[in-house]
Amino acid sequence: MLANIFSQDLPRSKVLTVILVVILAGLLATPFIFPGARSLNVGAKIAVFIVLAASYDLMLGYTGIVSFAHTMCFGIGAYGIGIASTQMGPTWTAMAVGVVAALLLSTVLALGISLFSLRVRAIFFAMITLAVAAAFMTMASQLSDWTGGEDGLNFKVPELISPAFSLSDEKFLGASLDGKLIAYYLVVVVSGGLFLLMLRIVNSPFGRVLMAIRDNDFRSEALGYRNVIYRSLSSVLAAVFATLAGILYALWLRYNGPGTTLSFDIMIDVLLIVVIGGMGTLYGAVVGSALFNIAQGYLQDLLKLAHGNIDTIPVIGALFHPDRWLFWLGLLFVLSIYFFPFGIVGKLRAGALARKPTAT
Amino acid sequence: MSNAGKVLSDAPILETRGLTVRFGGHVAVNAVSCAFHRGTLTAIVGPNGAGKTTYFNLISGQIPASAGEVFLFGENISHLPAPLRTRRGIGRAFQLTNLFPFLTVHENVRIAVQARANVGIKLFSLWNSRKDLIGKADAILEEIALAHQRNVPAMNLPHGDQRKLEVGMMLALEPEVFMFDEPTAGMSVDEVPVILDLIKRIKASGGKCILLVEHKMDVVRELADRIVVLHNGTLVADGAPAEVIASPVVQEAYLGVAQKTKEAAR
Ligand SMILES: Nc1ncnc2c1ncn2[C@@H]1O[C@H](COP(=O)(O)OP(=O)(O)OP(=O)(O)O)[C@@H](O)[C@H]1O
Ligand SMILES: [Mg+2]
Repeated sequence: MLANIFSQDLPRSKVLTVILVVILAGLLATPFIFPGARSLNVGAKIAVFIVLAASYDLMLGYTGIVSFAHTMCFGIGAYGIGIASTQMGPTWTAMAVGVVAALLLSTVLALGISLFSLRVRAIFFAMITLAVAAAFMTMASQLSDWTGGEDGLNFKVPELISPAFSLSDEKFLGASLDGKLIAYYLVVVVSGGLFLLMLRIVNSPFGRVLMAIRDNDFRSEALGYRNVIYRSLSSVLAAVFATLAGILYALWLRYNGPGTTLSFDIMIDVLLIVVIGGMGTLYGAVVGSALFNIAQGYLQDLLKLAHGNIDTIPVIGALFHPDRWLFWLGLLFVLSIYFFPFGIVGKLRAGALARKPTAT
Repeated sequence: MSNAGKVLSDAPILETRGLTVRFGGHVAVNAVSCAFHRGTLTAIVGPNGAGKTTYFNLISGQIPASAGEVFLFGENISHLPAPLRTRRGIGRAFQLTNLFPFLTVHENVRIAVQARANVGIKLFSLWNSRKDLIGKADAILEEIALAHQRNVPAMNLPHGDQRKLEVGMMLALEPEVFMFDEPTAGMSVDEVPVILDLIKRIKASGGKCILLVEHKMDVVRELADRIVVLHNGTLVADGAPAEVIASPVVQEAYLGVAQKTKEAAR
């Protein structure tokens, strides 16, 4: 039963299981054990980025195709909600229109790019996605009447999930029972569901064909599979899930702008999350997203703390200056890629396998 | 070729007409016309670089032909890409082992079984839930004597086992035309019989058309109903094994040379 929910693709490592349980429990309990807007933001972002990174892994890790248009779909989802809300008002109908329109646009774009370029070569696909994503970014900032340009859009969401809504004036375990809390659980629960759905897809007969194509596309064709169909479908699915992640993110932030969902910086973040977590494992997205977002959210604080104690020592003090957080993050990543070439999940699974070599 | 006058039921399963491919100025396969019939094992021999593998590639669609046509069951399939030719019954085991390195032995076969079963694009069913396909893959592992390596990633197999798996994947496709490209190359002496027995069993099951590229003349003598000799991309001899092997031209120029170089190489 539990195994089927996880599509019979269990973590296969005790340490990994513990880490995943801690992440899940942490996400679910955050409103009560770490009350405050900041920790809720980090929690929601972890959940959204699990979906975003896992959908990227579907393409990169499972199918072996590199796309730079993934955050474009993330952005389409977020703009779908933002634009629908500003144009039609913060109703559930508007949200539904935004969701449908965003999913349609992403699907059409992903399918178009795939059919146009995947016939040729996978590397051509990467270049086309780069071009389309860049064009889309320019368009988003040009159409400022709709998108708010570089400033982005502040918008309202339906009352039930907006901070103004209150379930009760009483606080429960230190958390106010308001629309923000409902929005938080909406994001976390839907993200969890989407993750399980992706886990099912990669463990379906279709998913195994994707892995076969990734491993040896010459042989998969020779066996009778038409790679272009499978690759295109994989990229469309990835686009759909990225769009859904964008929708969740917009519902949570009630803001969207180029720097929040569309930019190449986020594309790089996603790439790092997938690679550090472990490509082609899907669980890597969970571990990577938690690690990355916690680091991004709290590394600066940690450095501030350290800096306060040693700011008198010349070079070291400067090195631990809070503004250096990006440097430390970069160092962390380089080291982790060096020590875990197959990502954290790959490392943990290999370790578990080595400890009980007979149990394959 | 002496097909003329034969009854319709004996029409060739596979036929190439004037099949040609040029790589730059080099003609690797030169106007090869040949028909292959049901229940026959045809050995294709010739020295290294004769164009045997390239001829296979033209038939199964891995390389587009410069000229000429391929017919399967009388239908011109020259315009079809490789996957569609496979779906129509052309099976191929490659000379250079060609596996899915990160998938297990069982998964490699299973992918092929699934291709044959034409499961289609099932997104939400579980890979592990199709017991029929799993059982079929396991049966094939028994047949190629690889059941003990079932859950090992293909890349970790020793060379001989990789060759067996290569053949197992073709078997899983249940093709009408079996194309073996030096299936026993690089195998140890005790492993070779597994493959040879398998080929014999396919042959005995009847009705299939088998093409076998093989340098070892003892194997060819044992298995072949007919021998086709390629040299510099051209078909230079075609006939019953005894005839072809005995023909002085072939003996001198090709078979002797091919055998000697192979033997010298080991
Ligand atoms: N893709 C290609 N591009 C250019 N030349 C090629 C290509 N494939 C094969 N050739 C050339 O065509 C000729 C025939 O090669 P092929 O591999 O068909 O020989 P073969 O009969 O299978 O030899 P072997 O017994 O060594 O396997 C060789 O000269 C080879 O170099
Ligand atoms: Mg060859």
